[in-house]
Amino acid sequence: MSLTAKDKDTVKGFWAKMSGKAEDIGTDALSRMLVVYPQTKTYFSHWKDLSPGSAPVKKHGKTVMNGVADAVSKIDDLTGGLLTLSELHAFTLRVDPANFKILAHNMLVVMAIMFPVDFTPEVHVAMDKFLGALARALSEKYR
Amino acid sequence: MVKFTEKERSTIRAIWEKVNIDEVGPDALARVLIVYPWTERYFGTFGDIFTASAVLNNDKVRAHGKVVLKALDEAVKNVDNIKKTYAYLSRLHYEVFHVDPDNFRLLADCITIAIACKVKSALDPQVQATWKKFLSAVVDAMNSQYY
Repeated sequence: MSLTAKDKDTVKGFWAKMSGKAEDIGTDALSRMLVVYPQTKTYFSHWKDLSPGSAPVKKHGKTVMNGVADAVSKIDDLTGGLLTLSELHAFTLRVDPANFKILAHNMLVVMAIMFPVDFTPEVHVAMDKFLGALARALSEKYR
Repeated sequence: MVKFTEKERSTIRAIWEKVNIDEVGPDALARVLIVYPWTERYFGTFGDIFTASAVLNNDKVRAHGKVVLKALDEAVKNVDNIKKTYAYLSRLHYEVFHVDPDNFRLLADCITIAIACKVKSALDPQVQATWKKFLSAVVDAMNSQYY
């Protein structure tokens, strides 16, 4: 299920539309993940406030979306381009890779809410594939 | 068995009231076929469903999308008894249609996204959580007769 040239163009095109709202998207996606999938809160026991839109959620939403932006720029070689991030997630953060799918789903929900007209089924499949490829690149160093 | 609070029941009804079955049904099913193309295997009689534009212009997809969401209406109306309400549907999808039950989860995700497009910020995190709890119960019920 690798990204076709059309997928990459679609992702870049949609990213251009949403990049201005990247921080809001990150905050909202993370907020939803923590509320809708409470098991994900186990990774953030060191945060004072896990409620939607809180300061640590906002800050981390921005961090995550910076990573997504980086991935868009390295879309032709996600595995190579995200090696450092993969090592971080594998050896330091040790996030169960099943959670990448969960966060991806919540990002898609936020995209649908914020861009209801632009988030067509074609954009939906391209973004789902891209986030899946991103997750695979992040999992690269796990074992 | 899944128990819903009164608040959760009214949240589910409130969101459902905003859903136009004739719009959201076809959108959700189209997304399933486009985003997860292996699901095409279950719709051999629908004609051309092999490209996004074919799916979006297919009358049978549109009609079946409405059928699926009408069935979800039954779950909304019987929220405390979804398993029993869906026992027949589960058996049907297993014995007659031979549907891999993982696809119910995929359909649930697409229904959520289709609803998100329509109701936008009315689907706030707490509402999304309640809606997901409801759909999880539906997916469970659809799995229940697979043995």
